[in-house]
Amino acid sequence: MDSNRVERQRIETAPDNRGDVLIVGGGISGIQASLDLANSGFRVFLVDKSPALGGKMAQLDKTFPSNDCSMCIESPKFIECARNPNIEIITYTEVDRVDGEVGDFKVTLTKKPRYIIEEKCTGCNICVDYCPVKIPDPFNQELSVNKSVHIYFSQAVPLVTYVDEKTCLYLQEGKCQICVGVCKTNAVDLHQKPEQFELEVGAILLAPGFDTFDPKLRNDFGYGVMENVVTSLDFERILCSTGPYEGEVRRPSDLAHPKKIAWIQCVGSRQVIEGGNSYCSAVCCTYTQKQVILAKDHDNGLDATIFHNDIRAYGKDFERFYQRAEKLDDVRFIRSYVTVGREIPESKNVTIRYATLDDGVKEEEFDLVVLSVGLSPPKDFKKLAATFGVELNEHGFCKSNPRNPIATNREGIFVSGAFQGPMDIPEAVVTASGADALVGELLNSRRGKLSRERVYPEERDTTKEEPKIGVVVCHCGANIGRVVDIPGVVEYASTLPNVTWAGENLFACSTENAQQIADAIKEKGLNRLVLAACTPRTHEPLFRDTCREAGINQYFFEMANIREHCSWVHSREKESATQKSKDIIRMSVARAAHLEPLQEFDLPVNKTAVVVGGGLAGMTSALNMAEQGFEVYLIEKDSDLGGMARRIYSTLEGMDVQVHLSDLVRKVYRNPLIHVACDSRILEVSGYVGNFVTKIETEGRRREISHGIAILATGAEEHRPDEYLYGENERVLTQLELEGEIVAGSERVQAAQSVVMIQCVGCRNEDRNYCSRVCCGQSIKNALKLKELNPGIDIHILFRDMRSYGFKEDYYREAAEQDIKFIRFEPQDKPVVTASGQGLKVVVSDPVLGHKLELEADLIALAAAAVAPESSRELARLFKASLNPDGFFQEAHVKLRPVDFAADGVFLCGAAQYPKHISETISQAYGAAGRAIGILSGDSVTASGAVCDVNEHDCVSCGACITACTYDAIRFVDTPHGKKARVEPVLCKGDGLCNAKCPTGAIYLKHYTDDEIFAQIDGAVLLKDEVH
Amino acid sequence: MCTGRVDLEFVLRALSKGADGVFIGGCWLGECHYVTEGNYDALFNMHLGRKLLEQAGIDPQRLRLEWIAASEGTRYAEIMNDFGKQLKKLGPLGQSEGLDAKTLKRNLAALTKLLPYTKLVERERLRVRFATEQQYQDYFASEEFNRLFKELLVDKLAISQIMLLLREAPLSARDIAESLGIAANEVSRHLNSSSRLGLVRFDEAEKRFALA
Repeated sequence: MDSNRVERQRIETAPDNRGDVLIVGGGISGIQASLDLANSGFRVFLVDKSPALGGKMAQLDKTFPSNDCSMCIESPKFIECARNPNIEIITYTEVDRVDGEVGDFKVTLTKKPRYIIEEKCTGCNICVDYCPVKIPDPFNQELSVNKSVHIYFSQAVPLVTYVDEKTCLYLQEGKCQICVGVCKTNAVDLHQKPEQFELEVGAILLAPGFDTFDPKLRNDFGYGVMENVVTSLDFERILCSTGPYEGEVRRPSDLAHPKKIAWIQCVGSRQVIEGGNSYCSAVCCTYTQKQVILAKDHDNGLDATIFHNDIRAYGKDFERFYQRAEKLDDVRFIRSYVTVGREIPESKNVTIRYATLDDGVKEEEFDLVVLSVGLSPPKDFKKLAATFGVELNEHGFCKSNPRNPIATNREGIFVSGAFQGPMDIPEAVVTASGADALVGELLNSRRGKLSRERVYPEERDTTKEEPKIGVVVCHCGANIGRVVDIPGVVEYASTLPNVTWAGENLFACSTENAQQIADAIKEKGLNRLVLAACTPRTHEPLFRDTCREAGINQYFFEMANIREHCSWVHSREKESATQKSKDIIRMSVARAAHLEPLQEFDLPVNKTAVVVGGGLAGMTSALNMAEQGFEVYLIEKDSDLGGMARRIYSTLEGMDVQVHLSDLVRKVYRNPLIHVACDSRILEVSGYVGNFVTKIETEGRRREISHGIAILATGAEEHRPDEYLYGENERVLTQLELEGEIVAGSERVQAAQSVVMIQCVGCRNEDRNYCSRVCCGQSIKNALKLKELNPGIDIHILFRDMRSYGFKEDYYREAAEQDIKFIRFEPQDKPVVTASGQGLKVVVSDPVLGHKLELEADLIALAAAAVAPESSRELARLFKASLNPDGFFQEAHVKLRPVDFAADGVFLCGAAQYPKHISETISQAYGAAGRAIGILSGDSVTASGAVCDVNEHDCVSCGACITACTYDAIRFVDTPHGKKARVEPVLCKGDGLCNAKCPTGAIYLKHYTDDEIFAQIDGAVLLKDEVH
Repeated sequence: MCTGRVDLEFVLRALSKGADGVFIGGCWLGECHYVTEGNYDALFNMHLGRKLLEQAGIDPQRLRLEWIAASEGTRYAEIMNDFGKQLKKLGPLGQSEGLDAKTLKRNLAALTKLLPYTKLVERERLRVRFATEQQYQDYFASEEFNRLFKELLVDKLAISQIMLLLREAPLSARDIAESLGIAANEVSRHLNSSSRLGLVRFDEAEKRFALA
């Protein structure tokens, strides 16, 4: 478990420096790519220049729009990487040179001196305690102090210290060396030198991420000058419980709780002035809304003001998230450019000057100002480009091919994450999984040749032992520790029946603490482990693994949630929270005594894939999997492949969609491993991951396909508008119809002298409370095309917010420069379209001019919403997948499992998940293929042990369980004692419905048996006087 | 695990161990995280459980089922506070019902003993599946259901209670009727049928009924 130890083991077994893939950048994208590639049978080197994995995501407090704790969902992945025998983590290291070519790269790297011998350091922090030099903590954005020698952050992997060269007294002046003396393991080596070494790999993935825009550069918002002006990344740390103020929202000047906070949007973004970035950074609108919601959570009384331009809530569930922030009390969203005025000398408050249409220019005072800084390319982008020989775009991000955004200009070198351009976490994850798909295509012939298996110690037979329960109570930094009296809880836990040992941890999930837990299990001969910490949803797999490491069955692990269920919700009632923690732990201990060892088992995988939907997404996934040697059935309901892409001719960036599409269709038809079934529908799906059987009907003929995985890529449809005279007046078109006419060169398009475009038709309203994401780009594209045909044409785009996020912003600007006029309208005052002679008339309120405008139009183009097809519902039912309230497929986790369904072995991609642009669809299609290959490339899948079983002696053959089971997991079998119910464990999903129906208690859900639950209930309702 | 896994025995166990109320929280109807839609079963069980509690003299409001999604923290807090308030108003289990501890315990034990039979009857005669919560409410308030409930479960519960009562000490029919709050002629009917089945006997000397 200890990553150092794992590395040592590796060095013994694999003295070579050969691997399949080098991943540069250990942020969430690099981490996900490592895990996917390692699971697909490749050996990975994961290199990061910082002292630990995590990247920017590790610094975030929560993630939008679900407000999951960022570290809590990312840190289990650090440990997954450290535990994976096919991932070698190399931190504090940079790449110097890349020689060779695809399939045979020779990479020269330099490991910077850490002045700590990683193999010897235990992360005990003693050197940190003794170090006399205080420095601003880089992980906390220099808002708090740390020591010259320190661990990068508490959950760091590897969990070892490093010495800051610039401030260490010994390294600077030859004095001190206290750390050398206090280290018990002789891990400090202040004479370390940079170490150069070479790796051989077949492919390289660049995932270096981004840097935040530095507002000091232009110095126009007072950052670095006024103490109470912070960046949004600073504010993430301020919000965070492991941050500089331990989760209390304070301001830097006097550590007071700010009562009035302003956020300034687009700092460093959407600016063409010197030192700014012209593009939109794509994530700032939503992260600001998140920060507003969280700040209000901390202190409901504070005032929040957001000075913004367009609100770009273009992602899945972003619109609702925006509404949630906007509806909070004392939150003002003000559409205005601003300047930072002055710092008030006495209070250190900061003034902001802004202008509104109603009130003109105003100056207002704020306690704290947060600059919503944009995303810039990584600082060393020029060096990156030179070292790896990849081209950059004009903004300094990696130049990517719109037909394959994960590829670079150099064969064998790929790019994922924000180095492609500004993006949010799910996109960084999708492109990482997509990189797995592309590397797999490239290196298919060497898959599995360098990979190795993880070996666990043999499981101890505990059947004859009495329960010996260990209880560990986790502080979760300050998350639990500052509310719950942990020493008191530990003492109480040690008095509970069957508990032989109880202890506490600062972060049980840190590498070091988890190792200590494993050691305690071994040393004290424990056979049950209760961890009082956070939620099993994120952390159970990790600690089950800890149990396996310690040689006991993983189902002997039980989690007591004293964070979500206790400290977070009772932060102001410390005594009651402590009592409740004791109650929760008592319940878990009672249950743990009844836990039984369960076996998981491996099932063979059918290496065939089914892809539903023959559009761009489905074809891209199908072709990728076939290129990796897997048989694919591509099922399409129409008579041709191509889907919605057949109606799109070019992208905003200028990619010729039809050329790409026909090329793709040809490749799909020519690939002998792809079986295309057009005009087909799915009748029935049965089975489970690794072993599905799908019945389809093609033009009246029926057949059955056996397959191991499925990808659902059924796309979206264009909404048919019921307003603005659409369907009544033939001069009113949708944008897709207009695009068709532009390409066909229709007479009326050529003759048109004035066109009015209306945005947000059929969405961002009560019926469809989401943004269709693609329409702003689509309208700008058509407007520019029309201008190209007829430079004199008059075009008005009537919009609510222009959502040309990322690099699309440049096209929005180009459109404005070409005199395309943009007029904003409010949803309660929509434009009115009337027929007028041969043409049309549009009346719209102009908020800038303050009166109604009358526009003549030869044609009107409506940006009609993208809607989920009705057929998604049926498909979701067949594959036991879920839909969101808008009818789009619901991924398993919005941030970290963006192309998985909760149902194992079923994946999603394309507009069926949410409307998206073509390049995004292609990335996601590769992502889904990458995830699917993770299963297909293995020989088996593992089924859970927590499933139902039948005690045949008690079974009275009533069949109550069989009728209760929707998974068809139970059937009758003939036994010498008559007909008895029997469970097919792979099909059982452990819902336990059958248990409540069985009159004799013959069927039981393992891991949640009646006895286990009774014990828990008894523990819960222990009479008050028995508690202490 | 699904709310549909919540066996009424769990509810009775909690109440017999000293809980003053039981709360079941589940996913909204139509938002099943499995595909089983077991929350409909949970809804049915809750209604049936309330009927049974009521029959045993226990305030059915002590069992509550609500739908709360993972993201609805505020709703959860509101509901729990409300339920807490409601239970405090009712007081400890038995108080608002006017049941002494012994009777309470016996009644809960009688219900628990009846559960396996209840499950059989539920499957054979009572099971329904509706689309809305209102329909469930209407069904459990309907004459049709009440007739079935009486026919299938009420007598069985009374007999179960009589058996447990007689386990404590032999009693006359009148004592039994008073103890259980059941009409004397009903008690006689149950005692007759139980005698025929050889479950109880009449002790001529004591003029009391005892377990056979």
